[in-house]
Amino acid sequence: MSNVITDTFDWLADPAHWAGAAGVPARLAEHLQYTGLVMLIATAIAIPIGLYVGHTGRGRVAVVALAGALRALPTLGLLTLFVLLAGIGLMPPIWALVILTVPPLLAGTYAGISSVDRNVVDAARAMGMTELQVLFRAEFPNALPVMFGGFRTGVLQVIATVSVVAYINLGGLGRYLFDGLVLSDFPQMLGGSLLIAGLAIAVDLVLALFQRLFLSPGASSQSNRSRQAAVDLTDPVTAEAVVKGGMS
Amino acid sequence: MAEAMIEFQSVTKRYQGGQPAVDDLTMSIDQGAITVFVGPSGCGKTTSLRMINRMVEPTSGTITVGGEDVTSVPAARLRRSMGYVMQSSGLMPHRSVLDNIATVPRLNGVSRTDARRRAQELLEVVGLAPSLGKRYPSQLSGGQQQRVGVARALAADPPVLLMDEPFSAVDPVVRDELQKELLRLQRDLAKTIVFVTHDIDEATVLGDKVAVFGVGGKLAQYAAPEEILRAPANDFVASFVGRDRGFRHLAFSPSDGVTIHEVSTLTPAELEHDGGPPDGNWNDGWKLVVDAGRRPLGWAGPGRATGAGPVMVPGGSLFRKGETLRRALDAALSSPSGLGVAVDAEGRVAGVIQAAEVLAVIEAGRRVRQGAL
Repeated sequence: MSNVITDTFDWLADPAHWAGAAGVPARLAEHLQYTGLVMLIATAIAIPIGLYVGHTGRGRVAVVALAGALRALPTLGLLTLFVLLAGIGLMPPIWALVILTVPPLLAGTYAGISSVDRNVVDAARAMGMTELQVLFRAEFPNALPVMFGGFRTGVLQVIATVSVVAYINLGGLGRYLFDGLVLSDFPQMLGGSLLIAGLAIAVDLVLALFQRLFLSPGASSQSNRSRQAAVDLTDPVTAEAVVKGGMS
Repeated sequence: MAEAMIEFQSVTKRYQGGQPAVDDLTMSIDQGAITVFVGPSGCGKTTSLRMINRMVEPTSGTITVGGEDVTSVPAARLRRSMGYVMQSSGLMPHRSVLDNIATVPRLNGVSRTDARRRAQELLEVVGLAPSLGKRYPSQLSGGQQQRVGVARALAADPPVLLMDEPFSAVDPVVRDELQKELLRLQRDLAKTIVFVTHDIDEATVLGDKVAVFGVGGKLAQYAAPEEILRAPANDFVASFVGRDRGFRHLAFSPSDGVTIHEVSTLTPAELEHDGGPPDGNWNDGWKLVVDAGRRPLGWAGPGRATGAGPVMVPGGSLFRKGETLRRALDAALSSPSGLGVAVDAEGRVAGVIQAAEVLAVIEAGRRVRQGAL
């Protein structure tokens, strides 16, 4: 056992593994590229829908149900299906990952908007804000801490899951897992896993720093409690229960 | 009679299928005065208020403000022309106090610098320290938040202020303070204020006119507070106004006829060497203890020399000269000596008043009114 661990560190320390198109920096860059692309598309889909549903309350039951159903899809199966339907290339696996990433982002956005104190929204409207102003000047800024929580969950999930694209001939840190598996090269597999975990932690730290620096301290102090709740609300099952409770 | 600023014409609000929340309301609200909507929960007072700025749309009837139908302008613009203060302050948690106050001017297109300067002035107008402007709402007390709420409503200098139970979530002492502050502000600003409360005391203290709403959204009585206390229109109003209405009504009677008597006083230093009441001293040996500036501290009780009682007991409420009969009677009734302490504008002791004499003045006033009928 200790053999595998020392071998893993040897593998990681080997300068040959840190250079060239198959080296760690190149794989890392690919990994981040895929992650960024998935997050970009998923955010562009989830945030507008989440804002709309959160602000109007329309379609929230459908959204929560859909988000739950999408999450139940097996990652590898979905990936294979997309490749079979659309062929090898960058975009089919990316779309498969987008479908898996939209639910937590959508739930986070929706939960963020609905967690804003209704009195604040009522006051904003009574001050004479138009509906768009209510959304972007009152609801959105106060929903940001919760929404950002959903975003961070999404990023972590994508960093971990994007490894599977190596299964269908793309790059990224997942290559080490699949190549290692084929060759029974366990130090390589374990090294790849450590790199992915390390990347996830590093990215989350950066996002946490960003949140601290750029989000209004007023909004954060107000929603300390609701941010705690958001962790649960991004889980569709709980979110569904909340929605049902809110309607009864 | 003051000019009408806001008019309800046969306004009814009915929520889906149910009983009307507001039933055929017709009333006109005076310009530059405080009109209070009061009534039990579910009487439609808040709904009526929220129909003025179209936060609620009436099912039928029309509402005009300054002669213009409220539906003739877009809702958002209409709302910006009226200040709105609500029970929970409704301040934006993510914005500083200053930026909260600046909300409506900013919506009206005033530059950030100008809006903030105006906000800074308003902090002082509502009695808050200028340094609070940089804080966030969650860092303020409930009373301070309500003051910021009032400042925010005043920021665009609207002619109309709508206040929906603004003081009912703060403690009684702070509420009293905020009520006084509102009356002081109103003397300078003379806004048309519509104020909703469920507290009849608050209504009679603040209102130039009071509208009592009954269950089912019907207007039960609309009159000056003094008249509502003196002559409730029906049993509902009488029971809502409550058992103490006779006493409350005294708050509208001047205390001109009440005699202020001399009182023997001593300072705390003199109290130490005071041998107790000499024989035949009037008033059972009670003496008023005052500080060097003749401000009342308490009463020296008759038992002080023999050790039969405490040396000094706290006094009752104070009656400031020129206040109403309600204050005069309360001062006399709450005083341990049976003598109400009257003070002048600077808080110095002017003398004492007796409950029996206050009652005599009340009775004389009643006879005069009776003669006039």
